[in-house]
Amino acid sequence: MKWVMMFMALAMSVSAFAGEAQPVGEDPKIEARLNVLAEDLRCLVCQNETLAGSHAELAEDLRREIRDQMKQGKDDKQVVEYLVARYGDFVLYKPPFKPLTVVLWLGPLVFLLIGALTWWTILKRRRAQPDAMENIKTRPEAARILNGDAE
Amino acid sequence: MNKRLIMLLPLAVFVVLALFLGKGLFLNPREVPSPFIGRPAPQFALAEVGNPARSFSPKEMLGKVWMLNVWAPWCVSCRQEHGVLMQLKDQGVVIVGLNWKDKDREAAELMARMGTPYVINLEDLDGRVGIDYGVTGTPETFLIDKQGIIRYKQTGPINAEVWTEKLEPRMKEMAK
Repeated sequence: MKWVMMFMALAMSVSAFAGEAQPVGEDPKIEARLNVLAEDLRCLVCQNETLAGSHAELAEDLRREIRDQMKQGKDDKQVVEYLVARYGDFVLYKPPFKPLTVVLWLGPLVFLLIGALTWWTILKRRRAQPDAMENIKTRPEAARILNGDAE
Repeated sequence: MNKRLIMLLPLAVFVVLALFLGKGLFLNPREVPSPFIGRPAPQFALAEVGNPARSFSPKEMLGKVWMLNVWAPWCVSCRQEHGVLMQLKDQGVVIVGLNWKDKDREAAELMARMGTPYVINLEDLDGRVGIDYGVTGTPETFLIDKQGIIRYKQTGPINAEVWTEKLEPRMKEMAK
């Protein structure tokens, strides 16, 4: 009895983690590929959701389309090309590097470079200034005070 | 003097960034640039709503300037657009309807009741042709020229303002 209960509890915990129900009878290999690929694709209706996570009707249709194309033997790259041809780069969560997106990709680097340059020049300028303490120590009366001879 | 200018640089950068981001707030995220502009309209063969024997293909429209209007009976903003489209039809604008994912098959009844602005209304029941045109929602309208090239895409309903400012000038240019 105890074992049966434990088994039931286990079975329930598995179903709780199963997430989205897959249509019965789909090829598990294709489903796995679809889920990985759809994580990197944007749902065009709820624009902050991935195609994998969205319940929008269009997202379901697009998943069906991707599934069909995978069944026809198309590889991931061809499927992505198919979607980009119709919906543009916007469908990709990771936009490609091309003239239009140069600023997007390199902008942060440029700002980092500006920051580093500013930091470096400030440090250099500070180093060029004579050490205030050294300056004081060379003066006799200051040296006397610092050495504790002051009255 | 020079030093003071450099001190102002971060402020200048901030202002420029704020202007760009501020502009971004007022852009419509639904208006995704269509990769089809300047490219041939995808080919398809679809039956007319309520008349499965009649098959339509965009090839038939070569030599004409026309509008492909993606709509659906369940789409509220398509109803708002309907009146404008009826007026356009009376002005002689050629509009082909793409009845997108009308699972409840309401289009024929709706058209009979409210009138049809379309020269032909096509049945895209599973939405595949819509996907081929990169449709994300209804209504969307494509302007297609005499060579069958998509020249403009309107996302969202057509009202009098959209027509006179965006669509009409382009249709006139394409008709030349």
